[in-house]
Amino acid sequence: MMKGKVIKYEQDNIDTDVILPGPYLKLHEHSELAEHAMEGMDPDFHAKVKNANIIVTGNNFGCGSSREHAPIALSASGIEAVLALSFARIFYRNSVDGAYLLPIEIDEKTYSSISENDELEIDTDNNQIKNITKNQTYSMKPFPDLIGKIISAGGLFKYKS
Amino acid sequence: MNITEKILARASSKDNVEPGDVQFANIDKIMLHDVSGPGVIKTFEKLEKEGIIKVDKLFDPSMIWVTEDHFVPSVDKISAENIAKLSKFTNKFGITKHFKYGMGQYGICHTMSHEEGLVSPGELYVGGDSHTNTTGALGAFACGLGHTDIAYAILHGELWFKVPETLYFKLNGKLPENVMAKDFILRIIGDITTEGAAGKAMQFGGSGISDMSVESRLTLTNMTTEAGAKNGIIEPDQKVFDYISERGITKCDPVYDDDDAQYEKTFEYEASELEPLVAKPFSPQNVSPVRETNIEIDKSYIGSCTGAKYEDLVAAAKILKGRTVKVRTEVLPATISIYKKATENGLIQIFIDAGAVVGPPTCGACCGAQMGVLAKDEVCVSTTNRNFPGRMGDLESKAYLASPLVTAASAVTGKLTDPRDL
Ligand code: SF4
Repeated sequence: MMKGKVIKYEQDNIDTDVILPGPYLKLHEHSELAEHAMEGMDPDFHAKVKNANIIVTGNNFGCGSSREHAPIALSASGIEAVLALSFARIFYRNSVDGAYLLPIEIDEKTYSSISENDELEIDTDNNQIKNITKNQTYSMKPFPDLIGKIISAGGLFKYKS
Repeated sequence: MNITEKILARASSKDNVEPGDVQFANIDKIMLHDVSGPGVIKTFEKLEKEGIIKVDKLFDPSMIWVTEDHFVPSVDKISAENIAKLSKFTNKFGITKHFKYGMGQYGICHTMSHEEGLVSPGELYVGGDSHTNTTGALGAFACGLGHTDIAYAILHGELWFKVPETLYFKLNGKLPENVMAKDFILRIIGDITTEGAAGKAMQFGGSGISDMSVESRLTLTNMTTEAGAKNGIIEPDQKVFDYISERGITKCDPVYDDDDAQYEKTFEYEASELEPLVAKPFSPQNVSPVRETNIEIDKSYIGSCTGAKYEDLVAAAKILKGRTVKVRTEVLPATISIYKKATENGLIQIFIDAGAVVGPPTCGACCGAQMGVLAKDEVCVSTTNRNFPGRMGDLESKAYLASPLVTAASAVTGKLTDPRDL
């Protein structure tokens, strides 16, 4: 169960080049990567993330490169979950296997119901998202079996090593 | 089963798999470079500190190779330290296939993987880079992963995979003159969009593919990543076997489609109907015929795993021979062996005579790292594979993706140019 406020990016195809631009790929300290999170698209991200820990966005979030720097930068900035209509496969996998953040798939209706700054409560045990601000409840797509187990274990290495 | 399903079934010791199945599979080959390598090292350090693992030895050092490509020549202290870390790591764990900048053959990871005969048909190959898909043109299952997965693979020799649905792209007939594999894959991405193959396999076949050289096929599989694909793949044929045997692979265990292989969807293209294309900023799916554009450029970039293979340089040289560039033009051969062959065959002389700069193999400006990154508002035509905001430099710079022929022709005129109009 996690709780928090929303930063909403109403667009599709947010790619890893804007989540964490290429020149910073040489950095590997998580705190340094956090400093450059979303630098390619949202100069206000650092101000927003002070009060928010959930990103809500459209299709194909995290497309582009395989850089694990992208979920690391978001997670080290304080993002705990991304709710998207769909995810690019490597971003999704990195988020799960590295246990950085929860990648949660939502439907169109849920997507349009949630607004910036809404307070959500995410219950992955019961696949439910509660919008406290709007007093609404949405269902989320359950994690596939193995992925759910890796998430509960706290990443791939903790699941099986 | 189709070729992707059969490779995944074999690697997970199953008689049969279906799209959607998730299981652990044994890995044959693993690549890491100077971005994912330090990421792996960091992951190991962190997990060791937390007491979750102990890394005394790797699963099998001989299945791993390491390249230096994204930040070479080192741009600053941090990138130099990353390179130094890689050497310490490969020494410590006995990884002998470490291709070092400034020590003979080295270059961009995906070009190295086929040029050096590092992957064979039928193998399951993972790399710490999204364009690992490239090597699927040899008939392998090849896909890119982040560094936690790669760390897991090099420690345990296995990873989980979800069997993808397969989209089949059939090309009938021979590509017309001045049309390259790059134009075909841009056309596909324009048609299906950057999400069109999300999480799926993209398989190519038909007489147009049989007719293509191995290097051209690698351009197709390279950009399956831009359509969101998990992997790109082509059934191996004699051209592939000749290609790998020239690189010392005499034995392999190839896999082919079964007669009743299934694909989620088949797309059919007539080669004769294809023409030179560009992908406009800021997405590889913004595809337009070059002739329908009217764009002045500041720069022409011939480089990357997509567009700086030997054949790509030959195409660019064909255009630049005896001509002079009108805009800043950079040529970065993908590997040292390509550089050498291009020197021996007079291509480098042609580039220099035309006024271009020839640089060392590196990812360079392809990922906005160094060696010719774009200034604000600069417009570049490039043989690379991505044109997201800021990909090749400033957030407000613009990259147009095109074939080596279009990129070279545009260098000569200073505006996006169809090579047929030169
Ligand atoms: S050349 Fe570009 S696309 Fe290819 S591996 Fe390097 S950065 Fe990635």
